[in-house]
Amino acid sequence: MSDRPIIRVERVVKSFGTVTAVNDVSFDVRPGEIFAFLGPNGAGKTTTIKMLTTLLRPTTGSLELDGLDPTTQPTEVRKRFGVVFQDPSLDSDLTAWENMDIHGVLYHVPRHTRRERSELLLRMFELWERRNDLVKTFSGGMKRRLEIARGLLHTPKVLFLDEPTLGLDPQSRNQMWTHVQSLRTAEGVTVFLTTHYMDEADRVADRIAVIDHGRLVATGSAAELKRQTGTDSLEAAFLALTGTTIRDESATAADQMRQVSRVWRR
Amino acid sequence: MSVVYILWLREVKKYLRSRIQIVASLGSPLMYLAVLGFGLGPVFQRAGEGKYLQFMAPGVIGMTVLFTAMFSGIAMLWDRQFGFLKETLVAPVPRLLIMIGRTLGGATVAVLQGALIFAVTLIVGFRPVSLLAVPLAFLVIALIAVIFSALATAIGSSIKEMQGFQMVMNFLVMPLFFLSGAIYPLEGLPRVLAALTRIDPLTYGVDGVRGLLIGRTHFGVALDIAVLLGVGVLFVAFGAWRFSKIEA
Repeated sequence: MSDRPIIRVERVVKSFGTVTAVNDVSFDVRPGEIFAFLGPNGAGKTTTIKMLTTLLRPTTGSLELDGLDPTTQPTEVRKRFGVVFQDPSLDSDLTAWENMDIHGVLYHVPRHTRRERSELLLRMFELWERRNDLVKTFSGGMKRRLEIARGLLHTPKVLFLDEPTLGLDPQSRNQMWTHVQSLRTAEGVTVFLTTHYMDEADRVADRIAVIDHGRLVATGSAAELKRQTGTDSLEAAFLALTGTTIRDESATAADQMRQVSRVWRR
Repeated sequence: MSVVYILWLREVKKYLRSRIQIVASLGSPLMYLAVLGFGLGPVFQRAGEGKYLQFMAPGVIGMTVLFTAMFSGIAMLWDRQFGFLKETLVAPVPRLLIMIGRTLGGATVAVLQGALIFAVTLIVGFRPVSLLAVPLAFLVIALIAVIFSALATAIGSSIKEMQGFQMVMNFLVMPLFFLSGAIYPLEGLPRVLAALTRIDPLTYGVDGVRGLLIGRTHFGVALDIAVLLGVGVLFVAFGAWRFSKIEA
């Protein structure tokens, strides 16, 4: 039972019109490991996460999370994962505690457990003292920590983190990973993350998959990738695998809104 | 049920906390009441239609409910990218419950805002013919609120860009208001305008509220309520369908 992969992705293709975002990708994630999904902008990382988290359906191929198919059993699958999206998904006009509480209700966590676990997680992520403050008064790092704490409230088997440290200073990043690692040890949760920071992946990930142009180009531990490419850092290995060309994506409506949000500093 | 309740509660809490926004939103209805109400009053009186303030107060209440409810649609657009909506979309609950919770919350906020404007109209000098009719009038107001919250949900689920909302404001919300007979009587209108006012759901809302509060109605309160109920069911179904189609 224990060596059955918690996530299985098999020959998955996702196309939007004529663009193929994910092209024939297969990989497994083992229970309890920290799995990093790396790739340049537009490589298909977020699309893969969206498919695994039931927000998108693959065009062809099959997915499995804890033995369940996200396309046919979305509700069951949703109970089993927590997710921190690239863009914030907290309600900034509510307090940290209220955000946790709503999440608990949405995931049918019984009231007593909800309170106990909210307290445990808020303490662990050092947000307990601020629990009754509105989220809009929080720093970027605090918001991220709250999102992770919230994602763990319903004791999921898998935690998806889509570029969780984007825009955080090194101190917050460091602290965040320390929390995530100790949580993995304490609860055995599988962590599936994407990041642009190679040092992070090198430090925290048990295994790494590199995706480029929608195709998987390498899988293995950081050491294996370095050996395979004959390089001495993960960054060099990454560049050896994906090349040095800069990827220019065309801006979508979401990107334009991101621009506005940056200006308004929300 | 607890899911609907908590999402409803969220909307109401957010409304009650946004004091500045509440005060700011009193601006345009006050302008209509004070400037238009008193400015056009003498002409209205001379035309033998009675006191204009009495006539238009229900219209301004209807307008407030319309604007407040539709505004929740813009909020949703933002919410989809940078807010709480995604959190609800991956939760293990049916989308229908989420849509109902949000829509009822938005509608409740619109009714509260309508009640606030009703209080303001009383201060300015509006007098309902019977106090007993006030609760019934609020039932009609609640129907208006549900209709347009559901419409706002449908629109918020369908458009992707902020600019799109400007279009909605100019080509949908403003016409809904101006064609509703909120600020002029429906009797003796040119044929085209008369036809347009009849396809505007807000017309029946304002007419119903006016019928109950000052005893003046064009279609009859019973017909008004029947139309509102019908449109309400239709729009909630439409909103739920659009909401179920959101892809993140």
